[in-house]
Amino acid sequence: MSVSVETTTEEAAAAAATGEATGGTGGTGAAEALRPHAEDAFAAELAALAAQDDRPRPARWKLSPWAVATYLLGGALPDGTVITPKYVGPRRIVEVAVTTLATDRALLLLGVPGTAKTWVSEHLAAAVSGDSTLLVQGTAGTPEEAIRYGWNYAQLLAHGPSRDALVPSPVMRAMAEGMTARVEELTRIPADVQDTLITILSEKTLPIPELGQEAQAVRGFNLIATANDRDRGVNDLSSALRRRFNTVVLPLPESPDAEVEIVSRRVDQIGRSLDLPAAPDGIDEIRRVVTVFRELRDGVTADGRTKLKSPSGTLSTAEAISVVTNGLALAAHFGDGVLRPGDIAAGILGAVVRDPAADRVIWQEYLETVVRERDGWKDFYRACREVSA
Amino acid sequence: MNDSSYGSAAVEGAFDSGPLLLGVRHHGPGSARAVRAALDAARPAVVLVEGPPEADALIPLAADEGMRPPVALLAHAVDEPGRSAFWPLAEFSPEWVAIRWALEHGIPARFIDLPATHTLAWGREEETPAGADDEGEAGADAEAAGTGAPAPAALPDVRVDPLAVLAETAGYDDPERWWEDVVEHRGPGPRDAFAPFVALEEAMAALRETYGVGGHDRDLVREAYMRLQLRAAQREFGDATAVVCGAWHVPALRRKAAVSADRALLKGLPKAKVDMTWVPWTHRRLARLSGYGAGIDSPGWYGHLFGAPDRPVERWLTKVAGLLREEDRIVSSAHVIEAVRLAETLAAMRGRPLPGLTETTDAVRAVMCDGSDVPLALVHDRLVVGDVLGEVPETAPAVPLQRDLTLAQRRLRLKPEALERDLELDLRKETDAGRSRLLHRLRLLGIAWGEPAESRGSTGTFRETWRLRWEPELSVRVAEAGVWGTTVVAAATARAEADATAAQSLADVTALAERCLLAELPDALPVVMRTLADRAALDTDVGRLAEALPALVRSLRYGDVRGTDTGALAEVAAGLAERVFVGLPPACTALDADAAEEMRGHVDEVHGAVGLLGEAATVGHGDLRTRWRSVLGTLSRRGTVPGVIRGRAVRLLLDEGELAQDEAARLMGLVLSPGTAPADGAAWIEGFVGGGSGGGMLLVHDERLLGLVDAWLTGVPAEAFTDVLPLLRRTFSAYEPGVRRTLGELVRRGPGQRGSAPQGRGPGLPGFDPGPDTGRADAVLPVLRLLLGLDAEEDRTADRTADKNTDKTADKTAAKTDDKTDDNGLVGVGT
Repeated sequence: MSVSVETTTEEAAAAAATGEATGGTGGTGAAEALRPHAEDAFAAELAALAAQDDRPRPARWKLSPWAVATYLLGGALPDGTVITPKYVGPRRIVEVAVTTLATDRALLLLGVPGTAKTWVSEHLAAAVSGDSTLLVQGTAGTPEEAIRYGWNYAQLLAHGPSRDALVPSPVMRAMAEGMTARVEELTRIPADVQDTLITILSEKTLPIPELGQEAQAVRGFNLIATANDRDRGVNDLSSALRRRFNTVVLPLPESPDAEVEIVSRRVDQIGRSLDLPAAPDGIDEIRRVVTVFRELRDGVTADGRTKLKSPSGTLSTAEAISVVTNGLALAAHFGDGVLRPGDIAAGILGAVVRDPAADRVIWQEYLETVVRERDGWKDFYRACREVSA
Repeated sequence: MNDSSYGSAAVEGAFDSGPLLLGVRHHGPGSARAVRAALDAARPAVVLVEGPPEADALIPLAADEGMRPPVALLAHAVDEPGRSAFWPLAEFSPEWVAIRWALEHGIPARFIDLPATHTLAWGREEETPAGADDEGEAGADAEAAGTGAPAPAALPDVRVDPLAVLAETAGYDDPERWWEDVVEHRGPGPRDAFAPFVALEEAMAALRETYGVGGHDRDLVREAYMRLQLRAAQREFGDATAVVCGAWHVPALRRKAAVSADRALLKGLPKAKVDMTWVPWTHRRLARLSGYGAGIDSPGWYGHLFGAPDRPVERWLTKVAGLLREEDRIVSSAHVIEAVRLAETLAAMRGRPLPGLTETTDAVRAVMCDGSDVPLALVHDRLVVGDVLGEVPETAPAVPLQRDLTLAQRRLRLKPEALERDLELDLRKETDAGRSRLLHRLRLLGIAWGEPAESRGSTGTFRETWRLRWEPELSVRVAEAGVWGTTVVAAATARAEADATAAQSLADVTALAERCLLAELPDALPVVMRTLADRAALDTDVGRLAEALPALVRSLRYGDVRGTDTGALAEVAAGLAERVFVGLPPACTALDADAAEEMRGHVDEVHGAVGLLGEAATVGHGDLRTRWRSVLGTLSRRGTVPGVIRGRAVRLLLDEGELAQDEAARLMGLVLSPGTAPADGAAWIEGFVGGGSGGGMLLVHDERLLGLVDAWLTGVPAEAFTDVLPLLRRTFSAYEPGVRRTLGELVRRGPGQRGSAPQGRGPGLPGFDPGPDTGRADAVLPVLRLLLGLDAEEDRTADRTADKNTDKTADKTAAKTDDKTDDNGLVGVGT
């Protein structure tokens, strides 16, 4: 049973490797792909940056650290090329992340769902190594082979153990080529599998006891892991492993306006793909959803005058987007097409009240002490009272 | 003086271009180090420092053993201790370094800024509102106009911020960082100790050419005074004169101005009689966040930069690691190594010569704190700001707080005596109210001169008793309290605010609010109220909230008695009530008997508090009482709520008139019907009629309810009866003997005869006539009419008759059920 599973993994890995090779050289897949890789989608920007980058580059880096930071944060190059911002957020975060990669320490990106962890990691890998595909997706079932190496059993049986029969994992390939490997959802991976990373990160080597050999990482190798900090404790990192990482927490949007902007833009995109009719007056309700989410999340009202309890849910921007999308669908199909407080009240309640006992009290308290007295929120208060009752 | 030997021997050319002007950034460790190096190199014969000349006499104290920075020079108006200004000096302040250098080398040091006599008087001229209590403003004023105590970059943005212009020119967005990079982080070069000052002077000269005085018109006056002083010193000591002052002033001091013009500027300045002393200071107060901020965010970091002999970043990160280890975070040397590497790489990436606080903080966050800001806050609090507390030798002149206290004691004719004595105060009298306030304020400051004692006799709210005793060490306490302010009221206010922020529990803050009202500190109330509101918002224990509410409402009433404005208090109390309303129903589920009993107490307390609060101003909170009733309604109907609370809720609603008698009876019938467990029913009855709530009289007057209880009790199965018996006994044994007797009578007589009670023909007690003696009863009627002021109804007489029996042996409730009654169904229940 386990053998067959391993074979599939290994085949998949091999397939991925070949597909990646053709994609990289021929560039056939990129245009057709539903979602092109970062290095393909922004190939022009990367090339422009590389051409004008005269700062020192660490070994096997495609760009200097400054250029990588510019790639992520956006800016204009001396020749007028405009680099679009990939990450909208504090500059400090990107600087620390890039610097970490330059110091050969591994980088751990933490954050609640919807804070662009994967996005940042993909673009970092694309800018540093020109390749964002050396990826291990962490799940509860990720085996050790996905991080170390597997075997091609046909080869193994026919010719005995040799380097030819060995199927390297993305991490092992990154080590060999001095590239950036990525591990997604590190904390979802079982603890014993996680710990295989320790040797790789501290000794920069991967022993292959079956062959009596080892694979050593060449300069330029590094690893970016992402983890959801709400899942902490699921498979918490051992302190030995944690010590190998510099941790950067990706924050939720800093200002309400930025968040409203993100939400309305995403809602607009999703709405179009779902063929929902455009809601004319939605922005007020979006602002309201964002305000409610932010206030409860931060534990303080927007004017900074009243403290609040925070519910157990994450209340991330991604959830705000789904609440508004839901509300739009409700308004379009069952309402008059205009996004009304009633359309979002139920969605908000669902997002806020995750734990029926504690969260409900928090929500009611919020309704009674904050919402009820706020100007222009009467309708919303009433709608919420209706669904909460 | 020994100037010539020193000056000429040490340096070639230090004083070539006149006096040595060392422009600094106040509280800049780099500046301090550069000043020391420059003084070492130049060996001046006199050191002049920017600061109030009245403090010249205090300078030798700086060399005292007992003097430990951070300290501050405090100037205050003699007749008005509240008017004061501070010149904080930390270990790493260039001014402090210069003073210490001069003292160590036996060289005179002098302050040359405009005397505080004038700067304090300036403040007085401008200020119109009651100045005495308002030193915050006076202090700020002195900072802006008188001292230049904050860093130049932090000077109020009147028209131009000189450093911001320089920084912007250099491509920095933050002037502080620019200054740090260009000046502070550059240790003095081994070659030329004066080079940084020369460069800085040039830059400042360029700036001042463009921007003139930059909106600080008073600087002209101050600089004129400084020039005159400098000239006087030069006459005395020759050119070997060093001046340590804010970089901004250097070009002005260099400028040759006519003596007469300077004198003219100084003509007619207002004057105030000023006293000066050293007071201990803290790093927290140097930080920008607190009241008399010296304009630096990170005194701890600066102190470290100044104190560290070499490798400041490595040493700093080791310190951070040590702190985190003390707090039980696992931080190894490897972490420190990685943090240093990250900080240095970040600095390189950001193009800074050395990692600054920003880089080290980023590195600590990423490497040692797992990206979390929580341990980082600790690092900021303990290290970046730091807990350093300065000390001042005992020989320093008395603090103004003592002076203010003495004034108050004289005014209130309250002599400090070592002998213990009691003091009775009548708060309606002006002097006594003042005394009470003073004593309360001193208590807040930890100066336990008076302790409140139990009042003898009268318990009116206008009466207070104190036990007074002045112990010698209280003077020390006063000196210690001097750090909080210069007047009793200001110090108490500051102390109360600090206490509120530091308070652990909600109850502490409530108590503090009460004390603030007693001590009449209206200025402290907003902060206390804020804290209270915050604590209340975050407290998830409804019990604690419910406990806090009555105390708060009580304070509200004190406030009314004393005529304080309690609007904010009412607002907070109403908010607290709201939270209780929301949290109470869920908190009332899944409680055991003891917890339910406790919660019933809370319900009662809240009920009382809401009743009082409903009368007070609750603007914006609608009708609290209506909402409280709906909460009670919810409680009374929810099945998961313990019986005792449900019963209580129904009862309160009934008393409020919210629930009709019929509805109460229906609810009671519901809970006492066979479907409910007997224990629950008994608890309900306990809640409904138990305790000292007059429930007995209710049963006496509403026989329908009594009938329900009666019918239920007779229906309780034998095996359950022993279980409910203790509860029932508790319920009914709390009744007045008379009530119990009447109830017993009613039960024996049987149900359904309300209204005809006087004529009820029960068998009567042994030895008593079955019916009342109407003749004797009638004789009481006129007196009763007199008492009630109306025509007593017929049936009242029945109660009176029953009451006559009170002196008989009290019946136990349980005995009631065992009564040999023949006309109802009780027989056989008690088996």
